[in-house]
Amino acid sequence: MQKRSIVPIVYIVFLMLPIYWLVAMSFKTTNEILAGFSLFPQTFTIEAYVTIFTDPSWYWGYINSIIYVSLNTIISVCVALPAAYAFSRYRFLGDKQLFFWLLTNRMAPAAVFALPFFQLYSAVGLFDTHLAVALAHCLFNIPLAVWILEGFMGGVPKELDETAYVDGYSFPHFFVKIFLPTIKAGVGVTAFFCFMFSWVELLLAKTLTAVAAKPIAATMTKTASSAGYELGLLAAAGTLTIIPGAIVIYFVRNYIAKGFAMGRV
Amino acid sequence: MKTENQKAWFFVLPVLLLVAFNAIIPMMTVVNYSVQETFGDNLFFWEGLTWFEQLLNSERFYNALGRQFLFTFLILIIEVPLGIAIALSMPRKGFWVPVCLVLMSLPMLIPWNVVGAMWNIFALPDIGLLGYTLNHVLGINYDMTQDPVAAWVTIITMDVWHWTSLVVLLSYAGLVSIPEAYYQAAKIDGASNWSVFRFIQLPKMKNVLTIAILLRFMDSFNIYTEPFVLTGGGPGNSTTLLSIDLVKIALGQFDLGPAAAMSLIYFAITLLVSWLFYTLMNREDLNTEGDR
Repeated sequence: MQKRSIVPIVYIVFLMLPIYWLVAMSFKTTNEILAGFSLFPQTFTIEAYVTIFTDPSWYWGYINSIIYVSLNTIISVCVALPAAYAFSRYRFLGDKQLFFWLLTNRMAPAAVFALPFFQLYSAVGLFDTHLAVALAHCLFNIPLAVWILEGFMGGVPKELDETAYVDGYSFPHFFVKIFLPTIKAGVGVTAFFCFMFSWVELLLAKTLTAVAAKPIAATMTKTASSAGYELGLLAAAGTLTIIPGAIVIYFVRNYIAKGFAMGRV
Repeated sequence: MKTENQKAWFFVLPVLLLVAFNAIIPMMTVVNYSVQETFGDNLFFWEGLTWFEQLLNSERFYNALGRQFLFTFLILIIEVPLGIAIALSMPRKGFWVPVCLVLMSLPMLIPWNVVGAMWNIFALPDIGLLGYTLNHVLGINYDMTQDPVAAWVTIITMDVWHWTSLVVLLSYAGLVSIPEAYYQAAKIDGASNWSVFRFIQLPKMKNVLTIAILLRFMDSFNIYTEPFVLTGGGPGNSTTLLSIDLVKIALGQFDLGPAAAMSLIYFAITLLVSWLFYTLMNREDLNTEGDR
């Protein structure tokens, strides 16, 4: 152990403290929480988790969230792949302007779009469907996906494309058989980012759903206000929302730093 | 070199259609509202630029805008140096690297309202770990629902907790791309730690740091859910940032016209600052390509 490893350790402890508190809270009884301060759960209970896994209005929140997040990830990556290829390989009329315009949508405050989105998706009859949320999240996920993929594709030498054409590959064949495997890591990282930003976003997801496709995050806010203040239940629901993120991050752990740099290191 | 090919537009078309559907139609709705007055029942009256004038003369807007800039400024000057410092002291290879990266990324994968709720529970004066420690162990009077300073300290700490890792990861990605030979050369020349940082590490991190600052600027300027869940904009209006105020006007008071005008000005500011960063970044890209 070197002396300088103290800094990351202190930082990680700081990151883990609020998470620990949330998890600890989820195993306490409501009485214990309200009675006062205790560092560890005195009477360990999993009552809150039992409630969540047996009450459909709770566990459907998770299923809804996972459905629209997965749907959004698939749509974003599939349409971003050809676009990113075009940006990284060709010059065409208006390419720079188009690229910046795409990025501006990543900058748009979600609060600005909440009400118009509600009206738009009601008008096309998609209100309260998983597809509505998945499509709405494309607003900021597609530009991000194009940006990251373009960075990764820029790192692949153009000779690869030319050699493949000389060898007689058609474009679709080349793209799927040769190009995609080369940027596998980039596709994985992009999917991870789409998943992440769709999973953590709540304002639009909440605006576009009522009952059938309500995300878990919205279920939580409703409980906080209506059923008194059930901190234990809220903490347990919060703890469960951390798990999907922790699972997907495990798969991209070796590429994550490069991914955050948009493939541009 | 890239080849000129107009057919590339066909590759971009699906992206263009999807994003345009999500961006242009709602944006037109906002523009439409911003010049009209509504009395419910879908009755709309032409108002011209009244809302813009009213907004640009209202103290409330400038207060929210001022708070917003203060917030963004504070988190940038804390998160960027802190992130660089942590990235510099991280191990470069071995078992602990993925462990560090995964643990550090965890806060960014938590839904934003859960982040707010988590910090709310953490900061409760008598039963939260942070609130209890401050009040009863250190003896500092701390209650963020009463004291604006405490509320500000809490939302800043929350954002540092939430997003510093982004700066760490980006800086780290820049650092690991430096070849070992550079450090050996610096050692032979007898360079101090500071000159290694100033002349080797910082230039290599410049590109990724610009991305970090750009992303942190955009996201902190648009922040809504976390402070809303944590403080609800209070006590009073002390933590009412721009988008919290916007949602209050649009959905709370249902003043669609003023809210839409505010949206447009808000978006224009974000766009302007981001454009400056983006131009800066592309110029850097060109410079580094010239070096190769």
